[in-house]
Amino acid sequence: MLEIKDLVKSYGTGQPVLKGLNFSTEGKKLTAVIGSSGAGKSTMLRCINRLVTADSGQINFEGVDLLKLQGKALQNARRQIGMIFQAYNLVDRLTVMENVLSGRLGYVPFLQGAFRRFPQDDIDHAYQLLKRVGLSQYVNKRCDELSGGERQRVGVARALMQDPRILLADEPTASLDPKTSELIMELIANLTEELHLPVLINLHNVAQAKYYAARIVGLRNGVMVFDGKPDELTDEHLEKIYTSKDELSEQLNPEMETVK
Amino acid sequence: MSGTSSTVSADQHYVWKRPHFIESFWVRIGIMILSAVYLVYAFSTLEIDFQRVARGIPRAMQIFSGAIPPDFAARGSLIVSGFIESIQITFLATFVGVLLSIPFGFMAARNVTILPVYGLGRAIVIVARSLHPVVLGVLFVKAVGFGAVAGVLTLLIYTIGFVGKLIAEAVEEIKYGQIEAIRSTGAGYFTILIYAVFPQIMPRLIGLTMYQLDINLRASAVIGLVGAGGIGSTLNSAFGRYDYGTASAILIVMIGLILVAETVSGKLRRFTR
Repeated sequence: MLEIKDLVKSYGTGQPVLKGLNFSTEGKKLTAVIGSSGAGKSTMLRCINRLVTADSGQINFEGVDLLKLQGKALQNARRQIGMIFQAYNLVDRLTVMENVLSGRLGYVPFLQGAFRRFPQDDIDHAYQLLKRVGLSQYVNKRCDELSGGERQRVGVARALMQDPRILLADEPTASLDPKTSELIMELIANLTEELHLPVLINLHNVAQAKYYAARIVGLRNGVMVFDGKPDELTDEHLEKIYTSKDELSEQLNPEMETVK
Repeated sequence: MSGTSSTVSADQHYVWKRPHFIESFWVRIGIMILSAVYLVYAFSTLEIDFQRVARGIPRAMQIFSGAIPPDFAARGSLIVSGFIESIQITFLATFVGVLLSIPFGFMAARNVTILPVYGLGRAIVIVARSLHPVVLGVLFVKAVGFGAVAGVLTLLIYTIGFVGKLIAEAVEEIKYGQIEAIRSTGAGYFTILIYAVFPQIMPRLIGLTMYQLDINLRASAVIGLVGAGGIGSTLNSAFGRYDYGTASAILIVMIGLILVAETVSGKLRRFTR
């Protein structure tokens, strides 16, 4: 369904971040991408929905090469790919409902969107989603009044509002406290399971990746160094994925750090 | 903190001075000397004729004594109609000007446009900004004749120059993540502007509009002096008739009006944080 072939991407004139990455996924499961900062996890996701432009390679999504799309065709592809961001990226000064409905902006005509005249079905769907993520009491609250966890719930609802065929999540829990992080992960995992929605999720937290993912992919320096089931991921693999041992122990025992 | 740590002992001394703004000694001294020389030269070329100043003092006293007490009654209806015209010029020019500033401001913001459009937008804003309202007023009075139309056109251009530039700056400072999020929903270019950019600049835009109303009200009095309508024209003709009583009445109302405008615009701007 999604197939990445020989993907290369460099920023400016520096070393490429992705050096001929190959990856493919079939079916409705949650795939976690792990790796240290700068390994290319974010770049990989952003190449898929074209927030960044890859230098070369192919990304085939349901039979179309996403890297070749332009204009309206690109917008139509993007609306089928939901994305959840680490910094939530909600439009702060708009209401919760406007942010959730903005997930439909790839579908409604310009003027309808501009004047917030969304189809009745979309409004019903938005209410259902907000209820599902537990925010139905905040429909008309402005997003800058919400807590981090609440914002990310809006982010999840917005992405699902797109009726996506695949969900990309770029460290969706990295800005949250451990408890909230767990809740958001659970929400994403449960919702996408209910919707039979394939998910590609970047995670810093290896424990979370092992717990929630059906498949784990490890990136290091822009190439894939591990691909397998969570229980196949051994300490040796982790050592290969993360550069140093310190980083590894931090990954496995995050709470140990504060004790010292 | 254990006793072995010696990071906070004072057995080593350091010399620290705040680095100079201009590092090179000679460049620094050179700029100072040049500035001093120019200042002396500039003052020496000003021909200040103290005798003329002395002769002017009685005339000034005459004007002031004519201006006190201010005469609101004699030309009352002219004063009222002049202010009403000024306020109309101000409102019309501000609102149309701000509406036009929005597209020009977006065009002049580097992060949301392609290079040729950016160049055009920048050029429009720079040209609109480069001419002082008095100069514009003279131009428009020549072009469309005396009166309020010239005033509205003048302040319109003035508003586009000022508000357009500040909108462009506001757009350049927005958070890019929100654009990325809306873009990834498959929204088109203009939808992205409406959803991700506009909400972010909205508080600045409202504040700017209020501020510009205040500025335009002052400016409308000034451009009236060159014939562009409003209370400035009334003031000009009062001076022309040596009617200092009316002139001082106009000045007092003007000060009062501007104080009110400033207070109101300040209060309204505080709402839009």
